[in-house]
Amino acid sequence: MNENKMSIRRKLNDFYGRDVYTSRLIIMLLVVLISMLILKPAKFFSFINFQTMVAQFPEFGLMSLGIMLCMITGGIDLSVVGVANLVSISSGIILKALVAADGSLPWYGILVSMICGIVIGLVAGVLNGILVAKFSIPPILATLGSYELFLGIGIILTKGKAISKLPMEYSSVIAGKLFGIIPVQLIIFVIMAGIISFLLSRTTYGTRIYMLGTNMKAAEFSGLDTTGLLIKTYALSGICSALGGLVMLANYNSARADYGAVYTLQCILIVVLGGVNPNGGKGRISGVVFSILVLQMLSSGLNMFPQISNFYKSLIWGCVLLIAMTLNYFSENRNRNN
Amino acid sequence: MMGKKMKGLLSKHEFYISLVIVLLCIMIEIRSGQFFTPNNLVDLSSALIVPGLFAIGAFMVIVSGGIDVSFPALASLSVYATTRILTDINYKGGILLPIVMVLVFGALLGAFNGFFIAKLKLPTMIITLGTSSVFKGIMQGVLNSTQIPNIPEGMKNFGTAALFVAKNEQLGLTSRMPVAVLVLIVAIGLAFFVLRYTMFGRAIYAIGGNETSAYRAGFNVGRTKFILYVIVGAVSSLAGLIRTCMMGQMHPTNMLGMEMMIIAGVVLGGVAITGGDGTLTGCMLGTILIVMVQNSLILLGVPTYWQEFFLGALIIVGTGISAMQVLRNRKRLVSKKLGEESS
Amino acid sequence: MAQSVIKVVDVKKSFGAVKALKGVSLEIAPGEIHCLAGENGCGKSTLIKIISGVHAPDSGHIEFGDKIYTKISPIEAIMNGVQVIYQDFSIFPNLTVMENIVFNSELKDRRKLVNWKRFRRIAEQAVDRIGFKVDLNARVGDLPVADKQLVAICRALMFNAKLIIMDEPTTALTKKEVNALFKIIMSLKEQGIAILFVSHKLNEVFEISERFTILRNGEKIITGNTSELDDKKFTYYMTGREFEDLRFKPKNVSDEPLLEVENLGLTGYFHDVSFSLKRGEILGITGLLGSGRTELALSLFGISPADQGKIRIKGQEVVIDSVASAMKHNIGYVPEDRLSEGLFLPQSIADNIVISELENISSKSGVIDKKKRRSEIEKWVKELGVATNNPNNACNTLSGGNQQKVVLAKWLSRNLDILILNGPTVGVDIGAKHDIHAILQNLAHEGLGIIIISDDLPEILQNSSKIIIMKNGTVVAELNPEEIVENQLSEYMMGGNE
Repeated sequence: MNENKMSIRRKLNDFYGRDVYTSRLIIMLLVVLISMLILKPAKFFSFINFQTMVAQFPEFGLMSLGIMLCMITGGIDLSVVGVANLVSISSGIILKALVAADGSLPWYGILVSMICGIVIGLVAGVLNGILVAKFSIPPILATLGSYELFLGIGIILTKGKAISKLPMEYSSVIAGKLFGIIPVQLIIFVIMAGIISFLLSRTTYGTRIYMLGTNMKAAEFSGLDTTGLLIKTYALSGICSALGGLVMLANYNSARADYGAVYTLQCILIVVLGGVNPNGGKGRISGVVFSILVLQMLSSGLNMFPQISNFYKSLIWGCVLLIAMTLNYFSENRNRNN
Repeated sequence: MMGKKMKGLLSKHEFYISLVIVLLCIMIEIRSGQFFTPNNLVDLSSALIVPGLFAIGAFMVIVSGGIDVSFPALASLSVYATTRILTDINYKGGILLPIVMVLVFGALLGAFNGFFIAKLKLPTMIITLGTSSVFKGIMQGVLNSTQIPNIPEGMKNFGTAALFVAKNEQLGLTSRMPVAVLVLIVAIGLAFFVLRYTMFGRAIYAIGGNETSAYRAGFNVGRTKFILYVIVGAVSSLAGLIRTCMMGQMHPTNMLGMEMMIIAGVVLGGVAITGGDGTLTGCMLGTILIVMVQNSLILLGVPTYWQEFFLGALIIVGTGISAMQVLRNRKRLVSKKLGEESS
Repeated sequence: MAQSVIKVVDVKKSFGAVKALKGVSLEIAPGEIHCLAGENGCGKSTLIKIISGVHAPDSGHIEFGDKIYTKISPIEAIMNGVQVIYQDFSIFPNLTVMENIVFNSELKDRRKLVNWKRFRRIAEQAVDRIGFKVDLNARVGDLPVADKQLVAICRALMFNAKLIIMDEPTTALTKKEVNALFKIIMSLKEQGIAILFVSHKLNEVFEISERFTILRNGEKIITGNTSELDDKKFTYYMTGREFEDLRFKPKNVSDEPLLEVENLGLTGYFHDVSFSLKRGEILGITGLLGSGRTELALSLFGISPADQGKIRIKGQEVVIDSVASAMKHNIGYVPEDRLSEGLFLPQSIADNIVISELENISSKSGVIDKKKRRSEIEKWVKELGVATNNPNNACNTLSGGNQQKVVLAKWLSRNLDILILNGPTVGVDIGAKHDIHAILQNLAHEGLGIIIISDDLPEILQNSSKIIIMKNGTVVAELNPEEIVENQLSEYMMGGNE
């Protein structure tokens, strides 16, 4: 018994971050599921509802992954929504330009527009990385500025209007279902999350960014290429946002410079709830994915109550974030006193 | 290539940003011939009132080593609540009661921020992101906010009351200098006094410089921060009220999103995002620059949809220059120190 | 003895299961300079915190004259004339000297408003009291370390201080600055102010203090007169062990030089530095702070690349312009400030060990080989004797000496040719210090070329096969440690300067 206790305690110490956060998320998930089971069992626990949910979260889920990476290095990427919109606008423009005279999209159209979108996201991310790593601008400011910049470019490209009347092919593929069951958006998310998870846990890059996020100076003195690592990380975040933007383009079948403005806050909330330390060096993708799922369920659940206006979500999310931070405070304090 | 004088100039932020402002003025004047007209200057000053008040709050928070992104949501909520209550009771009185009400609401909401930041010592950016979401949720969800087209007479009158009217003979345009500009002037004066001549103000700088030292020196760090956020809540709400009065109607959401622009202005003014460093003058100059860019692009003949792009570029260039400045200063300091010791 | 300024009687303090102080008594007379020494974790800092009111003792009491306290608040401590000067000086780098000096007393007087004239007047009096010449409007962050310390001292004097506690005040000071500080301490003594001087540098203890107290494991080992103390006794009291000094005798010195440096220089920092290092040798480099010794090391490691002269490795001329290029030539560097430059404290011991050799334990595409990683970690934990039962624990669970071993492991795992160590045993307990010295000597015997940079002269003398002394950015002497003694070394270092 005693030995058992000891080992649990040691585990808690070893994986303190992950265990506390994950268990908290599991509790939240259970609360949501049980209340839905009581209140709206038929509607919530339906195949269609789950299919909708897994098609909805990838757009902000992808952006959250980007923010997570940057936070692990001790930074933050506030430009994710800006990048996503810029990508979805430019890919939208490219799609429209590729449409042939007879109104059909050539077979390579989707691929070309997606690749262009990803490249734009990459370039935007590299720009962020250069601002942070080469010019040593604090990441909050650098990405805040680049957010305005990307937003601005988006507005210039669209003259402030929405880009619509896109060829239907794009939306029907990206917002479609593989084998008629699995939403393609989910597949994109799973692939990206898989890649990042692999990078973080199994590669030298992963170990290095955790170390860099812990202590930048020691990283330099240990011979890490800090500039390169930071640029890579922000570039990766740019790619995540680009994919998010491409999914948004398919979901809305239109693009606009100011779509998804609430996602910035929501993504930070997800990442922090998922146990990523805003000061860097700590955080796991499992926690973040878990946290994405919890929030999506919470949000879909709330949608089933027409009397609760959409605006309550903002209140609930804010409260969840504040409560999570407060709990962190108390659990960390207790840990310290022990 | 760069003379010593130039270097000295560059190291002084206020100088540098004034230079940019002057250049921009001249550029606009050359392009449009409309910059130094009385009505344009009055328009600019009147556009400066609300961002200026917000900037004072954001500035004090940044100096203390924090960052507050909740003030527009906070202001929207307290102004919405005030306006809603007053319209519902069919309030007919003057501006005094609305001011008192927003100040009280603002202080309460600020105390909410302060509780998490000062008592629980949680990171300010994440917390204010959270409270900002809560404030928005309360306003849009619980209070079910909608646009209030007819705000009480007293508020409307305050918003339209003019100190004087400036005329542009050439174009036949007139602009009114709102009475509310006095609020900004008084607020700047008060902030200057508080920051320079009260121990509370020095405590804000001290905490931003080194929180542990501040605690050891005997500053009441928790209380100082708490009061700071209460004040910021009240000042921001006052700014929101002025905006609503000047517009003559209450749009619950149209202040949201201003936080980034305001913080950008403060940082452009040379206020260190890491806390402890920066002057009120710099903060105001930075805000003026941002407001000028926003208001004067039309005069330059640039389509308005270029606005965000220029703002973004301005933030990046401005923060980039100050970041490089910090790096250079640090290097210079090291070599200076070595020089002294080996001599 | 006249009535004491402070009398600590049988104070006990536990933190959870850890007994930090097991009944310690201490008495200090007015104008006495008392040295408090002991290894890390001996209870020194707990004792200071109890005296200054940060912690409350579990039992025992503190007497100030006739007043007896079983518990004291920070304010009461100040009222009774206790002032602490912390190692980091507790200053505000962003504010002026004037404000830094005056704040504490203004706050004690519960003033709400700022009167800049009064600030200036009070600050002037404070700096005059120790004859400190400084611009009151200067930003403290821009001052040299020694001046920052004087600012902290001036501030402490504002409160009718009767006892000033200085926590390792000489750590960041040059010899010259230490002398100046000691002069000020003597003048404070003449004003009747007692000083509790926390230090573990023996020569300072001898030079400045009249009496000393040594703690070990929360117990007071001895209080006595410094005149009765010597090197051996001091070490014994501190550690409870006796150590034999292991003088380095190079065994397997290669014929060909490993590293040759010719007229190396970095503008503004050092110039015309030449030396050579063979396998199996340990080169000791010493000099005052600011002599260019650290910058030389940083240049050899590519952090601030040299802009003059040549570096040859194994006879080949090489360019070292980045950390990566230094590492390519198998150079490793153990930095001066272990905590901020050497380690990733909250991360695991394991990751701290492998961080610089990741490319050796991974595939070309960067995928880490878990087996190789584990065996590397096990190997180095064992080889260097890092005291841990689980390398997945965070590095900050280790003591200073073991942390330094982790930094060593990080570099040794890379198959180095040259290892540069800057202050290899700063802040390390005497026991661990001996361990580290033994490890370094062994490494040299195994064919590594080692450079030790240190201002700990006994360390340099004991561990080097060759010593070079730097002054004003260049080499002033190259010496054989067999032929000289400590005093000669310091003469070279200071020579002509005073």
